[in-house]
Amino acid sequence: MSDTTYQNYDVIERRLNEMARQRLIYTLITIGVFVLLMGVGITMAEENNAGSFSRGFTNFFDYPVDLFEQTFEYGWGWWSLVLKHTPELFSTINMALFSTLFGFTFAVILGVLAARNVVQSKIVVAVTRRALDIMRSFPELVFAMILLYLMGRSLLPAVIAVTIHTIGALGKLFSEAVENIDDRPLEGLRASGASWFQQIRFGVLPQVWPLFFSYGLLRMEINVRASTILGFVGAGGIGEALSTMIQWRYGAEILAIMFLLVLTITSLDYLSRYVRFRMIGEQS
Amino acid sequence: MTAVDFQAIENRHKRVFRKAQRGREVAVGAVVLVLLYVVVSLMQFDLGGVARRWDATRAALFTLDLYAYKDHVSHEWDAFEPKVSFEGGHRFVYEPAPEWLAATNDNGYAVNFDSGIQFVLYQDAAVVKNVPDATQEYEIKRDGDGRPYVVGFQDRPEDLPEWIIATENRVEVRPSLWERMQVYGRKIEIHRYSFGWNYFWFDFGSPLTNVGPLEAIGLMFDDNQVVRGTPNHELVATEFLNNSLWQHGNIFMALFETLLMAVLGTALASMFGLPLAFLAARNVSPFPVIRFINRRLFDLLRGIDMLIWSLIFLRAFGPGLFTGVFAIGFTDTGSLGKLMSEAIENADRRQVDGMKSTGASKLQQHRFGIIPQILPIFVSQSLYYLESNTRSAVIIGAMGAGGIGLQFLGALQTGNDFENVAYMAFLILALVIIIDNLSGRLRRALIRPEERHT
Repeated sequence: MSDTTYQNYDVIERRLNEMARQRLIYTLITIGVFVLLMGVGITMAEENNAGSFSRGFTNFFDYPVDLFEQTFEYGWGWWSLVLKHTPELFSTINMALFSTLFGFTFAVILGVLAARNVVQSKIVVAVTRRALDIMRSFPELVFAMILLYLMGRSLLPAVIAVTIHTIGALGKLFSEAVENIDDRPLEGLRASGASWFQQIRFGVLPQVWPLFFSYGLLRMEINVRASTILGFVGAGGIGEALSTMIQWRYGAEILAIMFLLVLTITSLDYLSRYVRFRMIGEQS
Repeated sequence: MTAVDFQAIENRHKRVFRKAQRGREVAVGAVVLVLLYVVVSLMQFDLGGVARRWDATRAALFTLDLYAYKDHVSHEWDAFEPKVSFEGGHRFVYEPAPEWLAATNDNGYAVNFDSGIQFVLYQDAAVVKNVPDATQEYEIKRDGDGRPYVVGFQDRPEDLPEWIIATENRVEVRPSLWERMQVYGRKIEIHRYSFGWNYFWFDFGSPLTNVGPLEAIGLMFDDNQVVRGTPNHELVATEFLNNSLWQHGNIFMALFETLLMAVLGTALASMFGLPLAFLAARNVSPFPVIRFINRRLFDLLRGIDMLIWSLIFLRAFGPGLFTGVFAIGFTDTGSLGKLMSEAIENADRRQVDGMKSTGASKLQQHRFGIIPQILPIFVSQSLYYLESNTRSAVIIGAMGAGGIGLQFLGALQTGNDFENVAYMAFLILALVIIIDNLSGRLRRALIRPEERHT
């Protein structure tokens, strides 16, 4: 650039204007597409006659207000409802914990097998990756509903479904983490004649362990949400209680369950952030 | 080094070895605790109950139905006129009967299977022939009260092979999953399974019933009209989309609705998340009160689960697209806003200072000092959210918002269209994988190489 002369300036300026114009066009196209999609969406919703779009907004507060009114009628007795649903909450948390634990374990194994820098065989890497992709791509609900149909209503189908999704999601993150490690400890171990397992144990795991752990905690929070939703389609736990109460229109109980859910998710969020902060420091 | 040497080293550095020893003890303890937890949880999950309820035949039939279709032969004893229909549908009767149903020389009808097995129907009996490994043919008749029985086994049903189940009102013959005959007092039902998804392209009553996909594409450019008055390309398109067995039209529409939910929801979240993030960032937002309110707003939006949002919107908007859009939009405005406000706070101060030194206004400082720094993070995070929202939209759909999720739930609950379940599961998988790949590509293309790792 040092030999840029004055003649080049107008060339540069022309180019700059051209780029600015191009960017404007792209922006306009994006906005146009968005408006178009929004329009299509609104017409589709109106056509399905599922309630008018504009009326929906005015109705927005009706339901929450209704819930709170019913709750205030209860007075202090409402807290007993909260207590009543706590065991169901624990059953949901247990579902999430169990599937996170199992998913984490398998994800560590598959994540290592899917990392190009520690596994020589290209076939193993490719097969593991495809398997992880498929496990990750299915929404938990799809697996869970099929398993629920086959195994009857219980916690186990949901646990299996969430575990499978967890393996896929964590496995991919883990394999990326392993691929980004510093290779020098690995080379050192290889030079000293360490076996493959020893290389993984002493060369890879110490480097990625904090990251794995923080991903696992994040996943735990996601799995509590997922387990609740699966309860909704019949897997038991607090989701099923919520679905029943909604059918019966018991506003106070609905709010009690929502309260428990929000409390759990928020506290898990803070807990996982605190632990992550302690383990891997500021950069998370 | 010998064992003695090791011993010597260990004696010299007791502290180091004790630490390693304690680490091992902690690890073993943790493993024991986890195992204990697993056992207790498995008890809570009621493994025994699941095992009791587990029905292997049901599971096998479900799996079979995913990739096979069945033709029904139903036949009333008194009428003696076998009727063949597809999946037992009243509207799907084969006329004339297919080749595998043949009249025999002795006034019967033989149902032939690919395995060589034959069920032969007579005026007063049904005979099971050619079952591999069977030592004899089995004949099923009706007694005076009109109850079916296996000839020769009336008094000793326990001697029947295990693929014949004789109860008081019914005899079921099932040599393998692919052949099945149920004999009742009034009628006989035969299920003949074959591999494949039948009528996937065009349904039973269509003028194009037996036309394959490639043939159909060829037909579209053919001027000889199959149905007089309709151009071929129009005919092929409508017949395919209106296939009443597979409902391609409805399913594609539902898939599109789900995709729209995810895209609009994510767009909404990005549109509101970014400006709110500026208001919540410490280094940009001038008023601490606004900052505080915005942060709590993010916490609220994020903390209330997508499920709960979708319930609230379900009441407001009814089942439909916008329930999903707003549920996704609200939750992710919270997540994205929080993430972006942190990114803004971590932005490099010097670029803003540079802008300020050239006399830029506050707005220009943010526009040219901060936005270029956070744009790659913003774009890549939005695309990540789009990926995960495609999955969420399926789930919210099943909760009542509509789209492919609801269709899937419906097909599963009907309980006999498992090939449709498989088809929809496949489409969902395809949609998610396509969106994942597209967004991955976009991410790589939009973010300059040196920032790829953010």
